[in-house]
Amino acid sequence: MTALSFPFLYFSLDLPKIIINKAISGKDIPSDFFGVSIDQVEYLLILSLAFLMLVCINGGFKFYVNVFRGQLGERMLRRLRFDLLSRVLRFPLPQFRRVSQGEVIQMVTAEVEPLGGFVGDSIALPAFQGGTLITILIFMFVQDWMLGLAAIALYPIQGYIIPKLQWHVNQLGKARVRNVRRLSEKIGESVSGIEELHANDGARRVLAIFTERLGTIYDIRYEIFQRKFFIKFVNNFIAQLTPFFFYSIGGYLVIKGDLTFGALVAILAAYKDLSAPWKELLTYYQRLADSKIKYDQVIEQFDPPGILPEDAQHAELEADFSLAGPISANNLSVLDDEGQPIIESLSFQSEKSEQVAVVGPSSGGKDLAAILMARLLIPDGGQIKVADKLTLDLPEAATGRRMGYVGPAAFVFNTSLRENILLGAMHQPLKEATGEIIDLDEKKRNLRNAELSGNSLDDLQADWVDYKAIGANSETELREKLLALLKTVDLDGDTYDLGLRGTIDPDQNNVLADRILAARKALQNRLKQPEISNSIELFDSEKFNSNASVAENLLFGTPVGDDFILENIAENQYVREILRETGLEEEFVRVGRDVASTMVELFADLPADHEYFSQYSFIATDDIPEFQILLGRADRLGLEAMEEEDRNRFLALPFKLIPARHRLDLITEPIIDRILEARRKFAEKIPDDLRGAIEFFSEEKYNKSATLQDNILFGKVASDKANASEQVGALIAEVIESENLRSIIVEVGLDFQVGLSGSKLSPAQRQKICLARALVRCPDILILNEATSALDSGSQTKVMSNIMAATKGRNLLWVLQRVALAVPFDRVMVMSGGRVVETGGFEELKGKADSVLNNLLRAE
Amino acid sequence: MTLNKEAELLKDLPLFSKVDLAKLKLLAFTSERLTYDDNQIIFNEGDEGDAAYIILSGTAVVSIAQGSKELELDRINKGGFVGDISLLCDVPRTATITAQNSLTALQIKKDTFFNLIAEFPEIAIEMMRVLASRLDNTSKQLRDANSKT
Repeated sequence: MTALSFPFLYFSLDLPKIIINKAISGKDIPSDFFGVSIDQVEYLLILSLAFLMLVCINGGFKFYVNVFRGQLGERMLRRLRFDLLSRVLRFPLPQFRRVSQGEVIQMVTAEVEPLGGFVGDSIALPAFQGGTLITILIFMFVQDWMLGLAAIALYPIQGYIIPKLQWHVNQLGKARVRNVRRLSEKIGESVSGIEELHANDGARRVLAIFTERLGTIYDIRYEIFQRKFFIKFVNNFIAQLTPFFFYSIGGYLVIKGDLTFGALVAILAAYKDLSAPWKELLTYYQRLADSKIKYDQVIEQFDPPGILPEDAQHAELEADFSLAGPISANNLSVLDDEGQPIIESLSFQSEKSEQVAVVGPSSGGKDLAAILMARLLIPDGGQIKVADKLTLDLPEAATGRRMGYVGPAAFVFNTSLRENILLGAMHQPLKEATGEIIDLDEKKRNLRNAELSGNSLDDLQADWVDYKAIGANSETELREKLLALLKTVDLDGDTYDLGLRGTIDPDQNNVLADRILAARKALQNRLKQPEISNSIELFDSEKFNSNASVAENLLFGTPVGDDFILENIAENQYVREILRETGLEEEFVRVGRDVASTMVELFADLPADHEYFSQYSFIATDDIPEFQILLGRADRLGLEAMEEEDRNRFLALPFKLIPARHRLDLITEPIIDRILEARRKFAEKIPDDLRGAIEFFSEEKYNKSATLQDNILFGKVASDKANASEQVGALIAEVIESENLRSIIVEVGLDFQVGLSGSKLSPAQRQKICLARALVRCPDILILNEATSALDSGSQTKVMSNIMAATKGRNLLWVLQRVALAVPFDRVMVMSGGRVVETGGFEELKGKADSVLNNLLRAE
Repeated sequence: MTLNKEAELLKDLPLFSKVDLAKLKLLAFTSERLTYDDNQIIFNEGDEGDAAYIILSGTAVVSIAQGSKELELDRINKGGFVGDISLLCDVPRTATITAQNSLTALQIKKDTFFNLIAEFPEIAIEMMRVLASRLDNTSKQLRDANSKT
């Protein structure tokens, strides 16, 4: 395609000469044009139109080539990034001690970006620009060989000087890449260690480190710019030098009559065109050098020794593959970075389905034994055999499916609790995605693009859950298994609570919504008993709810989005309109003034940091003086005469009032009547664009923006009734039990999004999720490495015995933080100094007076 | 009952008579006012104590378990307070308190309670007076009981 464009280019260069020499000067006008006779002007017009056409054709070629090379570049970039990422997933674990997260991100995202663009250009650009250059040169030589020679006379000089200059720039480029990486590493480190920085007042030092690194980068970049612009300057100078020859020599030739005037103009025009491809080629040369540096520097980081071969990660297992059987480790050794052994000739055996506890001092290597066993670390010597198979030869499909490993640092991913657990049995897409809104064409297109870029062809939307490994035949059974699993790791109570605080979309889950509504009815029936009847104040569209805030009473619904939340409601134009119409605006300013005056009276004398401010006050500590001034102004001027801005400060306060709790007696009967009127108007007249910003309370309707618990409750707990919240809690639990809702609510809890690294969960909850994740696929061997350390001791005992019961008949290797926990195990292995020093039943070892186990027990 | 009335009511109590009305208002505002059904238990003997209660209306019946029976020790009415011992001595509740005659009480949390005593020694003195009279009462009952046997 590129080569095809050159003849057109040649004609478009030649045409101006014909136009000037023939059409304009009027020589040699052909008497007829393809059989039609024409005059000079017509001839000029035809030639000019032909020129226009050639411009269009040339532009078209350029457009096509640019789009094509852009696509090629993007594809190459995608391929490169995918390849790098797949390598990161195959790094040997110790590599992550050398390469930080920040560096990996910097390399995969930023550093390879220009590489992709360059790859797109790598063939197209030299071919196109080189071809263009040659075409133009041929044209020039055809016009006049001397001028052609003049045009390229300085190229050899450029060709000699530029690489010399470029070499220095390349070296600087390398240094720049290295230093930007150092910066990314420090950024990553500072984010991960942010707690330590705050706790130790380390910000200034870190900023100083950043300054130092930014400074180095600045120096390097500045020097690169200087040198680059110098190269540019040299180039430009040489490029400007050439026209000098044209004017002098070309002009002389025209005067002498050896060259036509048209030819000189055409050559000058061609020379102008010549400089563009020549410049591009020089830039290309610079980018080639630059990309080579970047490529080398990235690749050397992504090809560490000991990287897992690709098939180890992608090989599939036979259907009946099993690792159930005896375990034997022989002469394992592990060296640290300095080559010193930290594990030396470690050997141990375990019978089939034996439950073994590993104990010992924390420096004794027991954690490494577990990591080696799970093949997360490749030993420097020795081997491990499981069920007569060498684990080193096994693909990850074997170790990651038939084995389970949980370490002390529990990691959960930013997705739902359910998916976090099921990740333990999601290894490959198993069932085609089902659902209505799947665009097959789009899917095919995506698949084809992925294939052309050498990316993964696995469908993310497919069902990845390995039902067979979990031992479930249907979705219902899977649900049951998950619920049972939550009980095993003592997470069902927590998940239930999350579910009660969770929300559902009734359009997608109308069965559940209906059942929650049934529970609401059941709860209201129970409320008829006199002793609990006044513990909840139910929502009633005709009544003011004194246990709800004034804002809630006005809206009579739950805000969706930010329009009507407590912080914004007073400024909302629609709310203000309703208040004006019902005459509440004046009232609210007045009530707000009274609230402010009470708050100032109550809190003004308290020290600014008193806890009451955050707990009780309507006005923040810092705002008290301002409100004192406002109150003074109100006394002087009267409320009506105050500035709008000042009045607004007062007006915002009553929204927060909960009459039954605050007992300020400011929301009087007449105001209540008006609020009820405002409530009606608010719902009636709500404009369409705000309709979605609120979900109204309705006795018969599920409220999708309220929690399950609030939906069942459909009211407010009475704040002045003793023990009301306990009573209501018990009542809800009772209703949930009688309506058989518990397991469904746990299901909703499973949909809870756990946040970045599980930040919305406690460490104990995260650890329990990791335990469930390893247990979900019923592994033949379960290796637990202090995996219950974050649990409190009560929960720990419970979870331990649950897990031991659940893994009965399978191999269990549990590294314990305390020796006393080892009692229920078949056998105890005591590790110290990187080897097994004692092994036997707990009682047996305890019986020997001088056993290491006894020493450890005494120390606890 | 509103905050102002609650504060005035507190002011009428000997315990708080020396305290500013504004402070009492703050006390009322930061404490929960709770209503109890008749026969509802405010707290049980042996529970952890985290609050004291000032009776605003109704009656609080103080009793202890004796074998299988409940032995009534005292009845405290408007203006009296219960639940102070377990806060002062950091011991579990020494008696069971049951609500009668539509009891309403102001629940004062442990922290608030100690802040108050620290800020107003008058309250401490008044409290000592009440506690001493309770002790005197108990001694009398003990004497009576001894003379009977």
